[in-house]
Amino acid sequence: MNSHMVALNGQRTLLSRVMGGVLSLLAVGGILVTIAAFAYGKNAARQSFDRILLGAANDIAESIDIVNGAPIADIPVSAFGLLSLAADDRIFYSVRGPQGEVLTGYAGAVARDFTHDTLTTPAFFDSTLQGERARFVTVARRFSERDFSGAVFVFVGQTLRARNAMALDLTKGAVLVTGIGGIALLLGAFLVIRSAMRPLEILTRDLSQRDPYDLTPMTADGPAEVVVMVHAMNRFMQRLDRQVGAMKHLISDTAHQLRTPVAAIRAQAELAIEDDPAHRTQRLERLVRRTRSLGTLLDQMLSRAMVIHRTDNAPPSAVDLRDVALKVFEDRDHEVLAPEAEVRLEIGDVAVIVMADEISLSEAAKNMLANALRHGTSPITIGVCADQGIGEIWVQDAGSGPADDVIDTIGQRFERSAASKGNSAGLGLSIVRAVAEAFEGKVHMARNDQGFRVSLALPADHSVEEV
Amino acid sequence: MGDVSPLWRLSLMVLCLIAAPAIGQEASQRFIAKDATPSTVLVVRSTTDISIFAPALAAFVAANPSVEIAYEQWGSNALYANSLAACEGTATPADVVISSGVHQMVDLVNRACASAYQSEFTAQLPAARRWRDELWGITREAAVIIYNTDLVSAEDAPRTRFALLDLMRRSSDDFMGKIATYDVEASGLGFLFAFMDSQEATTFGGLLEGFARVDAVATCCSAEIIEGVDSGRYKIAYNVLGSYVDTVPHENLGVIYPEDYTLFLSRAFMIQKGAHQGATAGGFLDFLLSPRGRALLSQSTLIHDSNSDETAANESATRYIPIGPTLLVAMDRHRRARFIEKWRDSFGVDAVK
Repeated sequence: MNSHMVALNGQRTLLSRVMGGVLSLLAVGGILVTIAAFAYGKNAARQSFDRILLGAANDIAESIDIVNGAPIADIPVSAFGLLSLAADDRIFYSVRGPQGEVLTGYAGAVARDFTHDTLTTPAFFDSTLQGERARFVTVARRFSERDFSGAVFVFVGQTLRARNAMALDLTKGAVLVTGIGGIALLLGAFLVIRSAMRPLEILTRDLSQRDPYDLTPMTADGPAEVVVMVHAMNRFMQRLDRQVGAMKHLISDTAHQLRTPVAAIRAQAELAIEDDPAHRTQRLERLVRRTRSLGTLLDQMLSRAMVIHRTDNAPPSAVDLRDVALKVFEDRDHEVLAPEAEVRLEIGDVAVIVMADEISLSEAAKNMLANALRHGTSPITIGVCADQGIGEIWVQDAGSGPADDVIDTIGQRFERSAASKGNSAGLGLSIVRAVAEAFEGKVHMARNDQGFRVSLALPADHSVEEV
Repeated sequence: MGDVSPLWRLSLMVLCLIAAPAIGQEASQRFIAKDATPSTVLVVRSTTDISIFAPALAAFVAANPSVEIAYEQWGSNALYANSLAACEGTATPADVVISSGVHQMVDLVNRACASAYQSEFTAQLPAARRWRDELWGITREAAVIIYNTDLVSAEDAPRTRFALLDLMRRSSDDFMGKIATYDVEASGLGFLFAFMDSQEATTFGGLLEGFARVDAVATCCSAEIIEGVDSGRYKIAYNVLGSYVDTVPHENLGVIYPEDYTLFLSRAFMIQKGAHQGATAGGFLDFLLSPRGRALLSQSTLIHDSNSDETAANESATRYIPIGPTLLVAMDRHRRARFIEKWRDSFGVDAVK
């Protein structure tokens, strides 16, 4: 049993494969979500802080008055209160006149890629503030006073610490939630997959613990796929079982049935040698009779083995029973077995199609005929008929048939008593029975007005019949 | 001062030198631990009087014998100009700059003239006393009203700004020319106090009007104002830095922490960009923020303890001047110009001494 386990160790289980798949899917999803969350966080932070920047710039722009012909700003604390919402960011602000001259605030150069005249809406841009990356906004306020006409520009800028912190925070939150969701999903997937895989696991365990010589059917529980698999396996094991059984039977039958006749032949042969020459001819005749009987027995045993082998291995095909009857009749074995008997053929002109194996059927029919020749009374008829979806091939003799108690036991695998007598009674019918079982048919034995009839009835195949 | 004072006195006896002051520099002094041969020199530029800060400085060099402190005392406006020049590379930077002109310090940080530093002590500071891990408030000093106890009776002593307003209206003749406050143009600290007052309450307009009515005097330095009140030249002085009161010998001074609100200033500490001794400067900051440093600053009256009995003000009347970007408004050229213009209108040009 260890060898089976070892064989499994080298390969990954289905569960680990599926979990690996789910895990990598989630990982890819997680990476995508993280990237998306970061982009989203960055965008959200940019929008919120851009609004703060704009609010501050508007506050400052609002505070500008024209005093004695010059724009003077009264920078409100609230503007810087807004900006200090980004607590750790440095601030740039500058109020500049129509020609870009600094009125108040910081003097540093500000990147401007627009002309002053066209600025009607706030313009945001990225630049640096003392070497640190920063975001800026410009708003314009136009004056048309008696003593001052033109636009005053307010620049407000701020470094990006708070923005980056907020983007990171949002990303972290999203990733945390996604991570928890992912773990929950993974756990759920594990449980679902495990429960789905359980029948397979049970099957695997059963198989790995199973004795290789155990061919009994396995219980088929679980989902359809598993049931199909188990059924297929069971069918396979049944066939194997049958063949092993057939082989065993063949060997034991052969042993049983050959030992006595062979012993008898040896005894006759020894007698023939030792007896005086006057009896020798008689002895030799007995020897020949015994040998012929042994030959018949061998033929039957081999044909039975073949039938059992074929019924398991040759797929059933459409067979016309008339062909079988005709072939058996034309083989003319009966002329050898019982030259004095009269054999007739009785077949109609309508094909009788059954799903079976032709060679097996021929063997069965031959044995039926041989039985009739051996035990029955001439004339003997071999015929085919069809009735209510049943196709029959039958052999009838004019006698009254065996006794009733013999009919009941007839056709068992072998009969010691018969075998010990050197003939093969029972073996022939057991072949017929085996063929009947293999193709879902039946063996009937009945007396009627004309005599005793043995028939092999098989379900007719309508689809072919109607063609 | 206990165990520290003999030590630093001994060391000062040997090392006390008054260097030839540069422009804007008022005084300087070197601090070295006794018998030590320091390997590094920490340059500290500050607006704080040497005598007030000396115990803390001496204790620091005593604890760090390898460090010598070169302490320079500057006026706040000059110190701001010097720091800005150092930032732009046209002057030699100090290692540490400490100024009561907090708005100027915020501006310097905003101009990227400071180095960042972080430690467990800086992390313990409240948010209103640090900015960007580049500027820290190391003291807690109140803006107080002082009066001459001989000339102003305890009943008349104004406990709130409203009382001061009423006093100036009611007995304007008695106080004519007898009320003093900082000149906002000459003193960075005076401007900051007045500017915060203007934001804090509507009483500021009334106060300016009252000052105009009694011909109040706008003058320069803390020491001069305190001495003037003590000698009877002034009866009342408004917005005097409380931590300086005890440093001037006086006999007839009453100190009032205004009960409507009391402004609290926290001197700002900055490690200058390009400082040669950045790590030592950080250590100096940690020392000042540590329990020992805070105790020394308390003894020097630089950290005012609200629980002491002289304070009538309760916590809800406490207004900190926050170290943060809103102080940039106080540095704005237009805003400053407007404010000073308004101030001038009230005091009149001749009121400034």
